Amino acid sequence: MKDTPMTNAKISAKGVDVHYADTHAIKDVNVEIADKTVTAFIGPSGCGKSTFLRCINRMNDTIDSCRVTGDIRIDGEDIYDAKVDPVQLRAKVGMVFQKPNPFPKSIYDNVAYGPKIHGLARNKAELDEIVEKSLRKAALWNEAKDRLLSPGTGLSGGQQQRLCIARAIATAPEVLLMDEPCSALDPIATAQVEELIDELQKSFCVVIVTHSMQQAARVSQKTAFFHLGSLVEYDDTDKIFTNPEDPRTESYISGRIG
Amino acid sequence: MTHKSLLTADARIKKRNAAEARFKAYGLGAIIIAMLALSLLLTSVVSTGSSAFKQTYATVSVPLTEAKLDKSGTRDLAVMKKVTTIGYTSLLRDGMVAAVEELGLDTTLSAKDIGGMLSKEAAATVRNRVLANPDIVGTSVMFKLLTNGRIDGYFKGRVTMESAALDGNTSPEELQLAQELADAGVIATTFNWAFLTAPDASDQRPEAAGLGVAILGSLYMMIIVLVLALPIGVAASIYLEEFAPKNRWTDVIEVNISNLAAVPSIVYGILGLAIFINFMEFNQSSPMVGGLVLTLMTLPTIIISTRASLKSVPPSIRDAALGVGASKMQSVFHHVLPLAAPGILTGTIIGLAQALGETAPLLLIGMVAFVREYPAAYTADAGLFGEASTALPVQVFNWTQRADPGFVERASGAIITLLIFLLIMNAIAIFLRRKFERRW
Repeated sequence: MKDTPMTNAKISAKGVDVHYADTHAIKDVNVEIADKTVTAFIGPSGCGKSTFLRCINRMNDTIDSCRVTGDIRIDGEDIYDAKVDPVQLRAKVGMVFQKPNPFPKSIYDNVAYGPKIHGLARNKAELDEIVEKSLRKAALWNEAKDRLLSPGTGLSGGQQQRLCIARAIATAPEVLLMDEPCSALDPIATAQVEELIDELQKSFCVVIVTHSMQQAARVSQKTAFFHLGSLVEYDDTDKIFTNPEDPRTESYISGRIG
Repeated sequence: MTHKSLLTADARIKKRNAAEARFKAYGLGAIIIAMLALSLLLTSVVSTGSSAFKQTYATVSVPLTEAKLDKSGTRDLAVMKKVTTIGYTSLLRDGMVAAVEELGLDTTLSAKDIGGMLSKEAAATVRNRVLANPDIVGTSVMFKLLTNGRIDGYFKGRVTMESAALDGNTSPEELQLAQELADAGVIATTFNWAFLTAPDASDQRPEAAGLGVAILGSLYMMIIVLVLALPIGVAASIYLEEFAPKNRWTDVIEVNISNLAAVPSIVYGILGLAIFINFMEFNQSSPMVGGLVLTLMTLPTIIISTRASLKSVPPSIRDAALGVGASKMQSVFHHVLPLAAPGILTGTIIGLAQALGETAPLLLIGMVAFVREYPAAYTADAGLFGEASTALPVQVFNWTQRADPGFVERASGAIITLLIFLLIMNAIAIFLRRKFERRW
């Protein structure tokens, strides 16, 4: 594995293991994720890439049988420390899910919800500004500005997913986790979201789980390949797709396993 | 390879299509039987019960002779109260006889029988009016008075000349006279508001019996059930569904809630008798005890339906809320609960409707008593909802046990009233669900 300069690491995981009841889902994963880059997690179904992603904002806490051990740090702070409130963590680490899941409320309320509960706006004008900024960043402003008060669920699939991205970035997170954000979208919507991810990389540390290797190759600078719960290989995306070191990685990207 | 035509169905396809056609026929048959049963029920109830909403009255002038009602002439209420309804009966008889004579009607009936055509309740009506306004003593006043149950039955088709000939309580001559009085406009059948407002009446006076006390009692109990069962049920469901750890204890609780929903309602009556009346010493027959028992009975229904509607909220909504950093409670109250609200409301109203129609537990806590006083919502002596009362379904039960055929009509009328209340509640449930359901 190539040595990455540690100074730039936004997220660092050491010896992370995850157990679901009696399944060992993640086995001793060590990874350093840099800020202002897009890092892709690839691997066959059930390899644990989504599970690991959900460790980073402690969404696994909501699953009773799930146990996470090891050490995950964001900016050097242990996020599983007893003093850390997961609610605060999740404001800092936003998440976009596989299936677009806007709240059954208006577009405006969808984006404004996070800032409201975290008290990020002191008045309506500030809130309006946050909503506009977030929608602009999510490349949805032009389509949505005339229908802010109409239901978010009335948008098309791709628009909904961009709305979810806007909602996630409205709380001013530093890290953005995306769990197969394009798997429910058509190719055109996928292209729009991928373009957006390129944009987002400038301001956030983006971690994306994807089933599509082409997508990983298109959007990411770093790629991690997971197989059967282990992190097999982690390197620059170019290197992984052109000259992987591990034979399993090579088999996967050439379509022999997975 | 032989060519197989698509235009002829092979044996297998024919068999399959026949099976499908048979199944559809069974289903249709089941629906038809169910509809027939329902229409049979409604026709029988409506045909026997609708006449309870009409009542036959005689409008006669009653001479309120001072010599009989107030011998002292002082209009002193304490003295006047000593004259019982028996004292008034003779005045009513005089009034009736005068009316018959005035019209020049020919009858062989004795004065006593003519007076007897009025309900026994009529004397009480007149007495109450006189005591409320003693100044009318000494004049003749027009009263609209109940006729007795047989006369009333005659105008509703329940009593005929043939049945009257065999009846010790009436005679064909009486009916004949009643018919003549009706032709002259003295006796008339009008809408029976008193059926909805008057209290119950004794066994000999079906014509005076009403649902006033029962409706009031049922209303009080529904208030108690709504105020207690809705918040307790919803809070319990939210805790169990969203917050409680999934372990053996919550499994036990869950199984027991399902079991409680299936416990025969009379068991809740025994429980209410033992705990609320014998141990906590609430008043027997009071809507408070009835309401508490029905609350216990309704809770499992509300909890089960609330949990089902919480469960049906897609988990992606919870994830979305948690993902932007909402706390568990914020995700439940801001997102899950509003989406589950239509289901919760429907479950609650169905639970209430079930409670409204429940009879068995109320029999055990004494709500089957004969109550003529309207229960007050609060009195210093009896406390909140502490005065004896009955309830709609218990009143039905009560009336079906009475001997006089007039009560058959009353019981069916009470069932119609109960069904109308249930219909209204279900309509509200549907309306609320439509209003709050968000199909985005």
